[in-house]
Amino acid sequence: MKELRYLSLCGMLGYGYKPVSLENAFAEKLDFIGVDAGSTDPGPYYLGSGKSFVKELQMKRDLALVLKRALEKKIPLIIGSAGGSGARPHTDRVVKVLQEIAAEQQLKFKAAVIYSDLEKSFLEKMAAEGRISPCGGAPEFDADSIPRICNPVAQFGTGPIIEALQTGADVIVSGRCCDTAVFAAFPIMKGFPAGLALHAAKIAECGALCARPAGANDSLVVTLREDSFTVAPPDPERKCTPDSVAAHSLYEQPDPYCFYEPEGMIDMRNSSFEQTSPRGVTVRGTLLRPAEKETLKLEGAAFCGFRSITIAGLRDPNAIANLDAIEEGVRKAVAISIKNITEEYSLRFLRYGVDAVGGRLEAPAAIPPREAALVIEAIAPTQDLADTAISLARSSALHQQFPNRKSTAGNLAFPFSPSDFKGGEVYEFALYHLLDMEGVELEFKPVIMEIC
Amino acid sequence: MKIYDIAFVCRSKNAGPFQLTVDLMFKEKSEYDKVLSSPNFTPEKIAPLYRTTPDKVQIKLFERILTVKVVLPRLTGSGSPDDTDVYGSQQHFPLGDLEV
Repeated sequence: MKELRYLSLCGMLGYGYKPVSLENAFAEKLDFIGVDAGSTDPGPYYLGSGKSFVKELQMKRDLALVLKRALEKKIPLIIGSAGGSGARPHTDRVVKVLQEIAAEQQLKFKAAVIYSDLEKSFLEKMAAEGRISPCGGAPEFDADSIPRICNPVAQFGTGPIIEALQTGADVIVSGRCCDTAVFAAFPIMKGFPAGLALHAAKIAECGALCARPAGANDSLVVTLREDSFTVAPPDPERKCTPDSVAAHSLYEQPDPYCFYEPEGMIDMRNSSFEQTSPRGVTVRGTLLRPAEKETLKLEGAAFCGFRSITIAGLRDPNAIANLDAIEEGVRKAVAISIKNITEEYSLRFLRYGVDAVGGRLEAPAAIPPREAALVIEAIAPTQDLADTAISLARSSALHQQFPNRKSTAGNLAFPFSPSDFKGGEVYEFALYHLLDMEGVELEFKPVIMEIC
Repeated sequence: MKIYDIAFVCRSKNAGPFQLTVDLMFKEKSEYDKVLSSPNFTPEKIAPLYRTTPDKVQIKLFERILTVKVVLPRLTGSGSPDDTDVYGSQQHFPLGDLEV
């Protein structure tokens, strides 16, 4: 029976994996190795700024152990949503890491790099044609945000990765792509059923998160057949169980019985999960219901300004009871002092211990806390202006008057000197939408690079 | 009883930057049934807790592992200037306090 076997290195490139997992996975034949890096979880900053959520040294560690072995075995290594957000700066960062490893280990190989960046003029055209619609609870797309959007990308499916594999490249470095595309491209190219391939990929992209103990920082081996697939962690200290694998479909997903990919809806309503080896679980019955129309998911983060913050503690009960009055006084004082410098700034007061986490949904606790933390945030068009606003807010808050004030020497306990911190650029997800692709010509072609 | 006291897992996380998923896992079928059969555990009762409307609250059941998933809209996009919880991992309240 036709069968292929692959390794998911870990849940995110840079999260690490045990060397023993790699040893055990390589003990049997592997057809390819994949590792996903994509996530919107850490927020819009990473996509917008071009920075990576995971540090270069972490990525290098994870790739340095596996690259040579993959080349020796002549099996492709597929890296998805390179550098975390998968825009050009992230993708190029991973290429640079590969170049460093190649130089250090005297390796020579062919990489196919797929950029997923979009032109702003393309977005303007698509928005004007009414082709951009919200997904995943996003608001309607605001075309006026396009000038502020940094690093807009498309999250493509298996197609461009299959094309890259067909070039015979040793390593595929893909820009933003669906997490599943990393692991489903090779099987779909080889003719395996797409429903099973995509379900297996959905589990594989998180590494050993589906095992117990769960670990996004470890590997998973998938064996795919025409009527089933089996997942098993190569680390002997972990095991998959039918419940642990089934439960994985809950994680960060709106529906435990289906998920959507560019290829269509993956239907798990009739999926079965069976313990077929001491640590392996076999899944059957998952189907792909092909999409009625072709869509492409778009992501982009819009620039909102620069952030600066200050952090302080409060112990004085009257000060804690008067946080509203302190905030009001500080806002007034800053407004007066900053007027001749800028009027473009915003302040936010986060009162930890009182209502900073749930305050918009819940009333403050009836009994005030003995201690509280105050985080004041300023956002302004430049870092210098944000720093200035927070400096004014910090000194005002320290000395702000309020009813029954006894702590007249100072209201705040600053744990650090300096007490203000630059937060850098601030972004928001402005593009998390679907593009109607009917009649749209857009290609993501692999760029071949010789790396040595 | 409060949901938080019945469930052995009560967690929240982003499901993309604009949605939250709250997962409630139970050890016993009786607990799972108790929550589901409560007149308080409905989109109409949950929506105002999260400043949304009932049509935007989805309750999904995964009986195989005695789990209930509640999908809710975020008040604001993850990590945007007025967000307070980038990962959405402390948004299982106020739902956790719901009496059933």
